[in-house]
Amino acid sequence: MAEFTLPKNSKIQPGKTVSAAAGAKRARKVVIYRWDPDTGENPRLDTFEIDLDKCGPMVLDAILYIKNELDPTVTLRRSCREGICGSCAMNIDGTNTLACTTATESIKGDVKIYPLPHMPVQKDLVPDLTHFFAQYASVQPWLKTDTAPPDRERLQSKDDRAKLDGLYECILCACCSTSCPSYWWNSDRYLGPAALLQAYRWLADSRDEATGERLDNLEDPFRLYRCHTIMNCARTCPKGLNPAKAIAEIKKMMVSRTL
Amino acid sequence: MASYTLIEHKYDVVVVGAGGAGLRATFGMAAEGLKTACITKVFPTRSHTVAAQGGMSAALANMGPDDWRWHMYDTIKGSDWLGDQDAIEYMCREAIPAVIELEHYGVPFSRTESGNIYQRPFGGMTTNYGEGIAQRTCAAADRTGHAILHTLYQQSLKHNAEFFIEYFAVDLVMDDDGACKGVVAWNLADGTLHLFRAHSVVLATGGYGRAYFSATSAHTCTGDGNGMVLRAGLPLQDMEFTQFHPTGIYGAGCLMTEGVRGEGGGLTNSKGERFMERYAPNAKDLASRDVVSRSMTIEIREGRGVGSLNDHIHLHLEHLGAEVIEERLPGIAESARIFANVDVTKEPIPVLPTVHYNMGGIPTNYHGNVVTLKNGNPDAEVPGLMSIGEAACVSVHGANRLGSNSLLDLVVFGRAAAKRAAADIKRDMSHSSLPSRATDGILARFDGLRHAKGSASTAHIRNEMQRTMQNYAAVFRTGDALAEGCAKMDAIHSSFKDVKVTDRSLIWNTDLVETLELDNLLGSAVVSIQAAANRKESRGAHAREDYPDRDDENWMKHTLTWLSGEGKVDFDYRPVHMYTLSDEVQVFPPKKRTY
Repeated sequence: MAEFTLPKNSKIQPGKTVSAAAGAKRARKVVIYRWDPDTGENPRLDTFEIDLDKCGPMVLDAILYIKNELDPTVTLRRSCREGICGSCAMNIDGTNTLACTTATESIKGDVKIYPLPHMPVQKDLVPDLTHFFAQYASVQPWLKTDTAPPDRERLQSKDDRAKLDGLYECILCACCSTSCPSYWWNSDRYLGPAALLQAYRWLADSRDEATGERLDNLEDPFRLYRCHTIMNCARTCPKGLNPAKAIAEIKKMMVSRTL
Repeated sequence: MASYTLIEHKYDVVVVGAGGAGLRATFGMAAEGLKTACITKVFPTRSHTVAAQGGMSAALANMGPDDWRWHMYDTIKGSDWLGDQDAIEYMCREAIPAVIELEHYGVPFSRTESGNIYQRPFGGMTTNYGEGIAQRTCAAADRTGHAILHTLYQQSLKHNAEFFIEYFAVDLVMDDDGACKGVVAWNLADGTLHLFRAHSVVLATGGYGRAYFSATSAHTCTGDGNGMVLRAGLPLQDMEFTQFHPTGIYGAGCLMTEGVRGEGGGLTNSKGERFMERYAPNAKDLASRDVVSRSMTIEIREGRGVGSLNDHIHLHLEHLGAEVIEERLPGIAESARIFANVDVTKEPIPVLPTVHYNMGGIPTNYHGNVVTLKNGNPDAEVPGLMSIGEAACVSVHGANRLGSNSLLDLVVFGRAAAKRAAADIKRDMSHSSLPSRATDGILARFDGLRHAKGSASTAHIRNEMQRTMQNYAAVFRTGDALAEGCAKMDAIHSSFKDVKVTDRSLIWNTDLVETLELDNLLGSAVVSIQAAANRKESRGAHAREDYPDRDDENWMKHTLTWLSGEGKVDFDYRPVHMYTLSDEVQVFPPKKRTY
């Protein structure tokens, strides 16, 4: 039977408005998605009107200003604040990105902040990434070799090492996977761009000796082939990586091994 | 008090923290067959090791002659002779197999033309005991920490290590004899509380950079292990030694790796002068961090800072050319663009000395066992407790850490702790029974903070602490300023009794997390500034203007600090280990430290 009702918590209620921008030259409304697991009530959108001159330049600075000064119950993940740890991934102004590297001034109008889309929410801006990380683990993202390692480092040419550029820099923020319509629809079986980028990172490593095994693991109508080159992943990646290209490379490897 | 149920788990070993040290220990112990759990407040790849940029030192000699003894000498000199020479010998010797092991795990190191691991020059790293500049720092472009941390997590997956992710460790469980029996932790996702029993608890909780207002450290660097140790009635060591990294981005505080200078970048003042040539005629911009940070501070003080307020310094890499920047410093280019709006191929980066690393921490021996001063024995091991990484004070960094010795420290001592635990703990050893009073106090403190109804918000007290530490325990210190700072920190520490927590939930209550973190930070901050006031000499990163010289006769010793519940600090000392582990190298006696 088709489901005709919306899933639980789909309807978002209006929330409170807190104004703290009296006399501000650069007043801005920050609208934050809130969901409190203790009450079980539907999510709401709270509006905080703040003075951008009172906080740092990034969206993360604005959220932390709100948490510090206006509402300590606002809940988010954050750590490095310099775009390398991947904690503060969220949907800002309609785009999945890192709050710490997104300048508030780059957004026109109200700053609307939601958790990463299509993930279970634990509270406010904190999505449950358990499944995402399990998919990452499922590609067995570690060096596999049959030959015993030498006493010293394995040698790798500069050209071979360069093949890892654009792959190893992934910070597992989940912006790409949660921007992918195919992942929204089939995330139970489709691995999604982040896990596939990491699968290719090991396929591309000249030191790895498990190419066949890795490709076998991906040879499946869903795990790999649910990528329909929509390219949201490449558009949204806050590190400028291109998971769609990596997925295309895996598909090419699949084809070429059958020839 | 609300009633809480403690969900009990029994493990051979519990590692707290999943940065470089915690992960290396975790999968090392799992691989040894020990039943191992790793508890971490953030997902492992979010740990701050991820932000290390420049590299990891090891005398591989890929770029020219090198010797682990030269590395050992540099580290001892860098430490200003406060480092323990047995531990430093161990670290520098083990560096070579440790980095080879990482390569075998798959770390994507940059390569030389011959396909070996690429190594770059770094501050204070020399050849032949100070004669030339060494290329000793193994790099994965300028994202070495990221590359290593992700690889260590991948190895943990390979070894099926057991993780408890987004669990916040609240306190150590100690028995009446002063042995550690486990740790209580709070699962943020569902609000449950857990008692992890272990034959050994390994604290790998990192530094406490966030005690300061401007730090390269992540928001999560809150010295949680230090706080737990102080509350357990154990001392911290050498807490007066805080490293200011010369090149944090002016304003934002984000790290700009020393590797920029290693690759040929340099600092200039408002006259466009490469001023480091005056302060360190040999090493110049590659003098050790304490020396460069002091030199920059003097330039600014004497009116030669850059910018409209003359309050910072320029870091140049324009002359390196786009190709070198693209290959070796791509992350720097990205961060400078985002946080300073600078195109590094065309303009200098505005920088300022910024709090970066804590040389002090939980005193340990080179096996990772926590030690304390007990009945006159300065090396008395605390049963059931280990510590590694930035949380620990082995002490391999002494009064000043050399750049790229930190990633090394994490991996070497993470591995050492795994070996020691495997030797000490027999499988299926039973856990002794534990009276409920061992955890009652922990739950009472947790509940008290959860329902705290005072008048000062966590953010307010934290801001007061950060401003005070920034102003009174800075690059240069004086007795008067430190005394004033100590008084202020005492008052701020006391004001924590009046803290206000708004969120009462047990699920993802980050207001309470930040409050527990603040409690940990306050303990570290108080002992840090008090230790700074106590040490009446200048050594490494601790520069006293009223005591400008190093005083080996009175102060070549480690400071121990205990903190009472009322905020009183007690002092004692441990001797510096002036001996080596083997006869392959001799002790390096103290001498004047110039670069």
